[in-house]
Order: sequence, then structure tokens, then C-alpha cells
Amino acid sequence: MADTSDLVLDVKNLKTVFFTNSGLFKAVDDVSFTVKRGETLAIVGESGCGKSVTALSLMRLVSDPPGRIVGGSIMLEGTDLLALDEAAMRKIRGNRISMIFQEPMTSLNPVIRIGDQIVEAVRLHRNLSTKEARNIAVEMLHLVRIPEPARRAREYPHQLSGGMRQRAMIAMALACRPALLIADEPTTALDVTIQAQILALILDLQKELGTGLVLITHDLGVVAQTAQRVIVMYAGRKVEEASVEALFAAPKHPYTRGLMASIPAVPAPGIAAQERLNEIPGTVPSLVRLPKGCAFAPRCKLAVKRCEAEYPPLADWGGGHLAACWRAADVAEVA
Amino acid sequence: MFAYLVRRLLLMLVTLIGISIVIFFLLRIVPGNIVDILFAAAGYVDPADKVDLEKQLGIDQPLVVQYLHWIGGLLHGDLGYSYVSEKPALQEILPRIPITARLAGLALLFSASIGIPLGVISAVKQGSRIDYALRVVSLSGLSLPSFWLGLLVLTASVAMFGQMPIFNPNPQSLGEAFATYCIPAMVVGFRSSALTMRITRSSMLEVLRQDYIRTARAKGASDAAVNYHHALKNAILPVITVIGIEAAFLIGGLIVTETVFNIPGVARFLVEAIRWRDYPIVQNLVMLIAVVVVSANFIVDMLYAVFDPRIRYTD
Repeated sequence: MADTSDLVLDVKNLKTVFFTNSGLFKAVDDVSFTVKRGETLAIVGESGCGKSVTALSLMRLVSDPPGRIVGGSIMLEGTDLLALDEAAMRKIRGNRISMIFQEPMTSLNPVIRIGDQIVEAVRLHRNLSTKEARNIAVEMLHLVRIPEPARRAREYPHQLSGGMRQRAMIAMALACRPALLIADEPTTALDVTIQAQILALILDLQKELGTGLVLITHDLGVVAQTAQRVIVMYAGRKVEEASVEALFAAPKHPYTRGLMASIPAVPAPGIAAQERLNEIPGTVPSLVRLPKGCAFAPRCKLAVKRCEAEYPPLADWGGGHLAACWRAADVAEVA
Repeated sequence: MFAYLVRRLLLMLVTLIGISIVIFFLLRIVPGNIVDILFAAAGYVDPADKVDLEKQLGIDQPLVVQYLHWIGGLLHGDLGYSYVSEKPALQEILPRIPITARLAGLALLFSASIGIPLGVISAVKQGSRIDYALRVVSLSGLSLPSFWLGLLVLTASVAMFGQMPIFNPNPQSLGEAFATYCIPAMVVGFRSSALTMRITRSSMLEVLRQDYIRTARAKGASDAAVNYHHALKNAILPVITVIGIEAAFLIGGLIVTETVFNIPGVARFLVEAIRWRDYPIVQNLVMLIAVVVVSANFIVDMLYAVFDPRIRYTD
């Protein structure tokens, strides 16, 4: 591991569970990762794999009941967030750690002016007059490349397009210059053309402000463009972690391999397109009744007896490339 | 916006004309008129006198003529004369308005200032003991008729203090003013505060699930700021609608409550006027109530635009 003083976020053995009528389920099970200043960590996985709950756990915004963080530690700039009381946590939320959500259409309060929503974020954490905060709000809107920021600040969310709203969300999230920004599928709800713009914007601002970024996505294309390191999650667990280059060059977990294979390729001219997209057979198991062994085993082509009996530990395959698979060595052989 | 307002005001005028027709003819359908009642009370009297009196009061004329006569007078500010007191109807009605207005205003204030915060608390603490307790209280508010609650209050005050609040037109102390206006207002307002609470609760529950509430928390906003600033601002619209409708219903509640508490307001006066078939008083009073209801609706629609920037009345 590199110089630890550079670490913005150090999550160890995070465990978040939900108590439901059908039983207890582990949405996040023993997940660890770190983020350095200015670094982008991508968390990848299917719907329901625990990505978003991980993000909400970092913010300590998992609603309790039914959810609760039951173990681990979340060190943000040396402070353990799980040890803080709610009032101290509020001082950190939106200030040192902030979050952009998936749905720009519904994530802004429809009855409060855009500018005022940013002003609120600023004034919650900085001892500024409304006027000074308003100037910062307009500045932030300018920073996220919203044209005519002073006029837009006086408008309501419904007067802005989806892309504009997501820009406003980013402006709000970055208004206090947080050390860590969590972006939970920030572009999923947007048009493809806007997606690229928003991603580029987030990365530019991250570079400019030196923010650590946790990017949650199911889109490996986005990961390849943006992240330095990647975590792949499956059924609440981290199944693989590697640098982007290592992951795309040689995935060690069959699930990661499956995800990559299911990206539709653009056929070369003259060659007929594949008739059917590759898919991973089966579905994500119910988190209430997880198999004893590897959760991916029922869907895995490589699965052997051992996979069903024992959960594979995360093993280092060199250069910090971690994978939890008994057959990691054989993954490369299977196309 | 201007064109919308003009259209809206014209529509209100049409509504009021419709109401005036309905009031007028419904009142005439009710069997008996003031002359019948007077003569019945007096025993046998010469039928010629009866015809004479009917002529004097103008109730022998065709209904359409009577109606036009009333509306014509109304437009000139002439409401006619009370059959009973023989004083101008306006003189009879005007001094009673402030009493009822004060009661209704206090009741609405009571209903909003109790119902909205309790509704918020109940929603925020959904499923807790306090939520259940508040819901039981509000259910009782909805199921207790205000006249019965009024009687309970009067009985209780006699049992506990040996006296009951008597209407005092010029209260000398705060205590007297409280007994005169606040107690009846609370009795009437209890029901609508219960309704306001329930609507606030369900509307808040809906809003608290929204994404922007999570955004507000992610900013580091306090619970109070999230609940009252972010959530209530969005949840208030249905509450305003209900309070607007309640403003109209309140008058019905006041008729009974003014009678129970013996308050000389408009509402009790209306009941007496109906008993005497005092047409000028009844039709003008009901018209007044109609104007209040139609205006309340108008105000509610305007408040929508104030509270929700997405609602704009364009042409």
C-alpha cells in the first residue's frame, strides 16, 4: 500500500444488514477499500449487489430501521465516521463527504430555488452571510458550466433539464470542497450524449479540487474511462479488486469476466453482428438465503464442488489484484 | 395571469348567480311562509287580512318577480327588511358578522396550528407510540360531533367550576375573552384539526420517501430542517385544500356550536330566521356564506401558486 497519509477514505470490514420480514440480509458483507486524494475508485456490480448501500453507509444515511451498519470502520481523513454521534456526522455530511445521486429529476427539492438549495449546503457548514453564500452558489453553478448561473440560481428545478439538474447537484455536492465525493450512478438516468459531458465534468472538477471519488456504476465502459481502481461487488461482497488496467487485461473472477463479456461489441464492417448478446445465466441470489459457499457458484461455468461448500477468501494475485475465487487461476482460459 | 384572474372571477360570479337561484327557490319550496306561521300562532284570523299581509310583504307576487326584486336590491346594497324585526336586513346581519368571523378564524387557526405540527410529528415518528396516540386522538376528533363535544365542555365546566361560559360581547379580561371565543372555537376546530393532522401525516409520509429528502440529509441538514423546511413545504398543498374546504364546513359546525354556547352570531341567527321563514334574512345570509365559500376556494387556488412554483396560472 502507498503512503497512508494520502488516504482520504479507509473502509475496513464494513457490514451493513437489513432486518426485514423475510429475515435478516447482509447488503454489505465485510467490504474493505481505500480511496486516495484525487483518486477515482469505481464500484461495479449488478443491481442489488450492495453498491448503493455501501455508498449510503459511507454517508451513514442507511435508514434505520430497517438497515443498520453492524461492523467495520469508515475512516475519513483519520476520523472514524461510525464512532461519531449524529450531530457530529451532520457536520461532516455535505462538508467533508458528499454525494451525487442517480436521479437528477427527483433529487432536487422541487419547491426551493436551485440557488437556495446550494446556499443551504454552504451555510450549513460555513459561517457565511446569505449574500456571501449566494455568491458561492453562483460561482459553483458557473464552475459546473451552467450558462447564465446568476439567472439559473433563481430558477426552480422543473425549469432545468435533466443534465442541468445533475450539474446543479454536482455544484451542491462540491460547494464545500469535500475530501470525498460519492457519485451513485450519476449518469444512468441521462441521455448518452449528456452522460459523457457529466462524467467529464465530474473528472475535471475532481482533478481541480483534488477530491477523492467513489464512482458507483454498472457500466464497465464508464469504469474504463474514469477510474484508477475498481472493486467488483457480488451479493454484498467484494469479489475482485484491481487497477483498471489489470482488471481489463486479466479479470480473475468469473463474474467480472461475465460482466465484460456482456458488453455488446460494435461489429467490424463486413462482419455480421453476433446474433445474441452474451449474458450471465441465472439471477443474483436472494440475499436472505445465500448459499454457504461462493454466492456466484450457481451461475458459474467454472464452479466445482469446493465452490459450493466453502466461500473463497480474497487472495492477492500480484500488484494488489485481489480476487475471491477458488478457480481464479483458470479464469483466463475460459472465454 | 391577468386573463386567468378575470376568467376566474367571472366564473365565481356565475357560480354565485347559480347559488342565488337555488337558495331562492329551495326556500320557497319549504312549506309555509311567515304569514302562515303568524296566523297559525294567532288561531283563526280573517283570510282577507292574510292576503293583505302577503301583499304587504310582496310574497304574493310571482316567484320570478320576487327573485328579480331581491337580486336588484342586492346589487344596490338593499337587502330588504327582516319580516320578524322589521329592521333592515343589513342592520340585523352586519353586527353579527364579526362574532362569527372571530369564531371561525380562531377555529381555523386552532386547526392549522395544532393539526399541522402534530401531523408532521406523527409522520416523522411513524409507527411509534406517539404516532398511535395522535392517531387515536385524531380519530376521536373526526368521530365526535361538535355539538356533543360542546355539551360535554359545558357540562364539565359546570361540574368543575360551578358555572359555564356565558357569551360576553365586551370581554373585560383575557380570561373572559378566552371563555367567550376560544372555548367554542376549539370545540368547532377540534374536528378540523383532526382532519388537518391526518392529511398532513399522510402527505408528509409520501414526501419523506422522496429522493430530495435524502439529498437534504446528505447535505448535513438537521432533522428539523429536513422535516419542516424540505418536507413540509412539499407536503402542504393537500393540507391547504383541506383547510379551505374546512373553512366552508366550519359554518355548518358553527350553526350548532353557536346554538349550544348561546352565541349571537350569524350562524345561530340563520337557524332562527329559517324557523320564521324570514326570507330576506335567510337568503341574504346563505348568499353571504356562499360568497365566503367561493372566496375560500379562490384563495386556496391562489395559495397553490404561492407554495408550489410548478403551478402557474397562465392564460
